Amino acid sequence: MVKPDYMKFLRTETFPTPFCPGCGHGILMGAIARCATEMELDPLRLLFVSGIGCAAWIPSPHFATDTLHTTHGRAIAFATGAKLFKPALKVVVVSGDGDLSAIGGNHLIHAARRNIEMTVLCANNSIYGMTGGQAGPTTPTGARTATTPEGNPERPFDLCRLVYGAGATYVARSTVYHVRHLMKVIKNALSHKGFAFVDVVSPCFTQFGRKNKVASASDQLFGLKEACATVDGLAGLAEDRQADKIAIGEFTARKE
Amino acid sequence: MYQMTKNTDKSGVRRFLQGNEACALGALAAGCRFYGGYPITPSSEIMEHMAAELPKVGGVFVQMEDEIASIAAVIGASWAGAKAMTATSGPGLSLMIENIGYACITETPCVVVDIQRAGPATGQATCPGSGDVMQIRWGSHGDYEIIALAPWSVQEMYDLTIEAFRLSETYRVPTFIASDESIGHLREIAVLTPPDMIPERAASCDRPPFGDPATNAVTPMPGFGQGRRLLVTGSTHDERGYRRTQDSAVQAKLVARLCDKIKKGSANIWKVESFHLEDAETVVIAYGSTARAALRAVRLARAKGVKAGMLRLITLWPFPDEIVAGLSSKAGRLVVPEMNQGQVSREVQRCTRLPVIASGKSNGEVVVPGEILPLLLDEHGQA
Ligand code: SF4
Repeated sequence: MVKPDYMKFLRTETFPTPFCPGCGHGILMGAIARCATEMELDPLRLLFVSGIGCAAWIPSPHFATDTLHTTHGRAIAFATGAKLFKPALKVVVVSGDGDLSAIGGNHLIHAARRNIEMTVLCANNSIYGMTGGQAGPTTPTGARTATTPEGNPERPFDLCRLVYGAGATYVARSTVYHVRHLMKVIKNALSHKGFAFVDVVSPCFTQFGRKNKVASASDQLFGLKEACATVDGLAGLAEDRQADKIAIGEFTARKE
Repeated sequence: MYQMTKNTDKSGVRRFLQGNEACALGALAAGCRFYGGYPITPSSEIMEHMAAELPKVGGVFVQMEDEIASIAAVIGASWAGAKAMTATSGPGLSLMIENIGYACITETPCVVVDIQRAGPATGQATCPGSGDVMQIRWGSHGDYEIIALAPWSVQEMYDLTIEAFRLSETYRVPTFIASDESIGHLREIAVLTPPDMIPERAASCDRPPFGDPATNAVTPMPGFGQGRRLLVTGSTHDERGYRRTQDSAVQAKLVARLCDKIKKGSANIWKVESFHLEDAETVVIAYGSTARAALRAVRLARAKGVKAGMLRLITLWPFPDEIVAGLSSKAGRLVVPEMNQGQVSREVQRCTRLPVIASGKSNGEVVVPGEILPLLLDEHGQA
């Protein structure tokens, strides 16, 4: 069997991945490797930086590039130092929603403000997967988690709005169900000259779906089709209908 | 370990300047080309100086959003090939501590300057203290070793900062300048002599990135963009960087390397200075600004006929235990004055059977000779 080209971005000796069956993160991992291949990026000029959590394991150890697996929440700050000192590196942060927006929220908004050239891919499963399914700042109101047994009383962040408000010049959202769309926005993010952020909805059946009356991992994945609407499509909906939908698409892509 | 660039410029420049400024100039002379920091009294002049000077030599300065990010950026830059530094004070150091542990386990060279102020917490932002010396040593969780140097003059703020870069690059370990407000803000004359040799990172190397598999010795620091496809992780890893968190042998070998490279290198790291130790019956062990007062007290005591001497610790960590243990048998007792509640005195006690008189002071003021002198005199009935 001929190895697909994108395999050169992967350390196949580390397979199988540690992700649970049905986890979205493997799809995201494949999408990143395919984008890098189609864009003909040089694996020896790529630096992937991650924090702590399941999503942080997407690049480390799976990507056959330089990788920096850092402390919890701090990936963007480490990446900032590396990028500033060696601008020739293409720096990509891949981490989870808890890592990037709870403990690491300060670094996220300041990197967006600085508009440093880097791509941040947030694998957003709206839960702390690795530690056993605790609520985080992206957990929907009412969701049952290990730390909100009666339902989450808090409101979640809309990470795209947050990062947009902080000054990011490329902001998009996609999901691991919409792989073609996901690859399109990842490529746009990777070619963006400035701070690029993609919120990637990536279901965690193990820690979220099971506790929230989703029948199976595939139901959770295919459910994204109904749950999402494009930014343009949303504009045509009544306001009360808009709130129920996850908006996917590009929120900004501008030069500064 | 690394390549050395020979410095041909040997001309020292005499300058009247501030300790913090001398520290920045030492860093630049040592080849520091990245500074990431966050403002904090009484260290900010270092940052301001680096902000002005680094761009002139092609270096990078960045003001980060907090101290956690500052040390993170320094570590990231170090892996990208920079000799990198940050400076802070106690509250900032507290925030940096987790990532300092990360620098230890990933064997990342970096220099951390702590211009200590009186704590705990916000304490006295503009007053000196030495209350961080144990935090510098033990602040992060787990087993590891670091190096710390304690300058006592503006001259040493320059010289020891250069030395800190050499040690940090040699041992691939975070190296601290443990100074305090009184030295950071002191102004006096220093001769700024460029270092003989400046350590340079190798452009490429085929040794494993994390320790020699056979000897477990430290290997040269690799860098991003060298085509090595580096796997750097703060989790337990083997010599190639692969995460091996369930392997007790890999964990044991990793921790052994982090500790042994410093412990076994101690004799090459230690720097102390002796004053009148030949016949000293009472020996003061002091470091940093306190050693200035201690030396004056020793001289005053000798003028009164008391056989006093001083051992000045320039290296605080690894603690020069063999040197303290080897003090002449003439010494009858040891006096340890410091601007904390006896942090180093307990370390001294560990190394000796001699009685140790701890003289701690935590009021945000420097130790003065008059506070040490009575401790040198009283057993002789001459107080
Ligand atoms: S816990 Fe959730 S996020 Fe983590 S690997 Fe399993 S499914 Fe994926």
